[in-house]
Amino acid sequence: MLKINDLHAGIEGNEILKGINLEIKPGEVHAIMGPNGSGKSTLSSVVAGREEYEVSKGAIDFEGEDLMDLDPEERAHKGIFLSFQYPIEIPGVTVTNFLKTAINETRKAKGEEPMPANIMLKKMREKMALLEMDKGFLSRSLNDGFSGGEKKRNEIFQMAMLEPKLAILDETDSGLDIDALRIVANGVNKLKSKDNAVLLITHYQRLLDYIVPDFVHVLYKGRIVKSGGKELALELEAKGYDWIKEEMAL
Amino acid sequence: MSSEEQLLEEVTGSEYKYGFYTDIEADKVPAGLNEEVIRIISAKKNEPQWMLDWRLDAFEKFQKMTEPDWANVTYAKPDLQAISFYSAPKQKKELASLDEVDPELLKTFTKLGISVDEQKRLSNVAMDVVVDSVSVATTFKKTLAEKGIIFCPISEAIQEHPELVKKYMGTVVPKTDNYYAALNSAVFTDGSFCYIPKGVRCPMELSTYFRINEAGTGQFERTLLIADKESYVSYLEGCTAPTRDENQLHAAVVELIAMDDAEIKYSTVQNWYPGDASGKGGVFNFVTKRGICEKNAKISWTQVETGSAVTWKYPSCILKGENSIGEFYSVAVTNNYQQADTGTKMIHLGKNTKSTIISKGICAGKSNGSYRGLVKIGPRAENARNFSQCDSLLMGSSCGSHTFPYIETQNKSAKVEHEATTSKIGEDQIFYCNQRGIGTEEAIALIVNGYCKDVLNQLPMEFAVEAQKLLAISLEGSVG
Repeated sequence: MLKINDLHAGIEGNEILKGINLEIKPGEVHAIMGPNGSGKSTLSSVVAGREEYEVSKGAIDFEGEDLMDLDPEERAHKGIFLSFQYPIEIPGVTVTNFLKTAINETRKAKGEEPMPANIMLKKMREKMALLEMDKGFLSRSLNDGFSGGEKKRNEIFQMAMLEPKLAILDETDSGLDIDALRIVANGVNKLKSKDNAVLLITHYQRLLDYIVPDFVHVLYKGRIVKSGGKELALELEAKGYDWIKEEMAL
Repeated sequence: MSSEEQLLEEVTGSEYKYGFYTDIEADKVPAGLNEEVIRIISAKKNEPQWMLDWRLDAFEKFQKMTEPDWANVTYAKPDLQAISFYSAPKQKKELASLDEVDPELLKTFTKLGISVDEQKRLSNVAMDVVVDSVSVATTFKKTLAEKGIIFCPISEAIQEHPELVKKYMGTVVPKTDNYYAALNSAVFTDGSFCYIPKGVRCPMELSTYFRINEAGTGQFERTLLIADKESYVSYLEGCTAPTRDENQLHAAVVELIAMDDAEIKYSTVQNWYPGDASGKGGVFNFVTKRGICEKNAKISWTQVETGSAVTWKYPSCILKGENSIGEFYSVAVTNNYQQADTGTKMIHLGKNTKSTIISKGICAGKSNGSYRGLVKIGPRAENARNFSQCDSLLMGSSCGSHTFPYIETQNKSAKVEHEATTSKIGEDQIFYCNQRGIGTEEAIALIVNGYCKDVLNQLPMEFAVEAQKLLAISLEGSVG
């Protein structure tokens, strides 16, 4: 589904990613872990197509198509979803209106008719129940005055509504208390299928207790320095990142 | 220049291709402003002596006045001696079908969601007599007449209801109020008159009717709206479709009178020709709008301003009666080289009077937008309350936004609150929308409409939808 080949990218002339290789197949859950400043968020931004980042070398291929020439919205239309580490506030635009626009713009791009309002509303209710969200949520301004936990839950709610093929969850666990974390993880698990894939970007093992990855990669100084199964995450949790750094220094 | 800007420019500039012609040469008064011209205007309209006297008195006073220059706008002052102050109703070349209309103009109509019938009317295509809107207009007239509501051109009101016109015209905006109000008083050509009798709730938005009847609005419009005791009316002027006019100077006067327990809701959508992307041409829109509230009355101004090269406009309320309420909701968009100096005045004279001001400025391109507002609390206005919120949204880094709030209180019990914010549409916001599949133009429209929501919510439903689309079109191509 997603193939990243020798990706070098950075911002304002600073190279942050220095040769990333990663392949994600349908049905898989991958986790990328790493200390602060290792390039985790840069990777998610580059895949989503954020303009400020320059790709100097390498390729990103999604379902056999080169992503490099596609605008962020075109990538979204192809089924790439990014759950933001810091979701953005848009005052005056309700959650409903935002989602309606997002869904119908995506349908338009695919040459489909807008989703009928009653079907959309039904779907919203279903997904909100899945994430144990209050109905009043829909008429609030997008992320405006939301608590950290509400923002993250809203990201997963949008993911549930948009049904992406590849969901990149950037530090979705940060700012969540344990109950919210369980609800969010539960939502992600229920949305998983053999046809879609999840890329978790996280600092801590905690999230991986709830969303169990098939593969864990350690990102350090812009490179994936170690890959393994879910046990790698436990090892990291126990030993911290220092042993990776030491291994690297050798 | 982006393709959208080109489209906008073509649309706004295209009507000149068809040209205008004056029906009969003899029906045009020579250029210039003098007493003779005013006599001719009055005679053409068959006006009674009192009306002519009123005009001449205004003209005499006007001659002693000078054009003000305190507004935060710069422009070449119009040469009044070069303007012809009266010409026969402008006749555009009539087209046989929509096929003859500029396709770009039609595209804009479609974007705005304007019906085919109305598209025809706006682009001056000959219509069958049985076209819906015409019969609808007749139905409206009947319904209004049954309720005793008078709604007609002011020139007709001068003939048919002189007692009302005489009693109220100039009472809210005196002839000498300001330079352009005085000019308007002397030379106004037409406008609307509306009277809602005591206890009557006008059963419809006067918008639809107005749009059908007011295809070519005049250069010096005069509107007088009287809501008698306990009555209610919602009135909408203007049009979201691109309105072009050969007149560069527009100086209108609008007077509202809300008697005891009456309510007037006055909404404006203004989309005059703003000039081209390089700042050439465009309408000067210098308008005086004011309403007076008697006891327990309420006046609510809502405006969405996207057009004109230079706008200069302060719809105001005089809260004379106790417990009266004044409201001002405004969205003013400036793009390219447009300049707008707009706001309101809330004059609290009565006890327990309340006013609310919500002003949303949006500046893009190299434009300049200013909010100028006055909240004045008189000595007898016990417990007067005002809340003002003035927000500006900037797009790009070449535009300017300014706020000039004036507060004068002469009563210690007054409570006046003022809040102001300035924000920029952020790349973060746009990227967030992009990531959800929403393209940049669409994202800007979404963000801007969210920002303006408090004002757009005040508009009559069908116009709110058009106004939203209009905002998007006005700002196309302004980011990225």
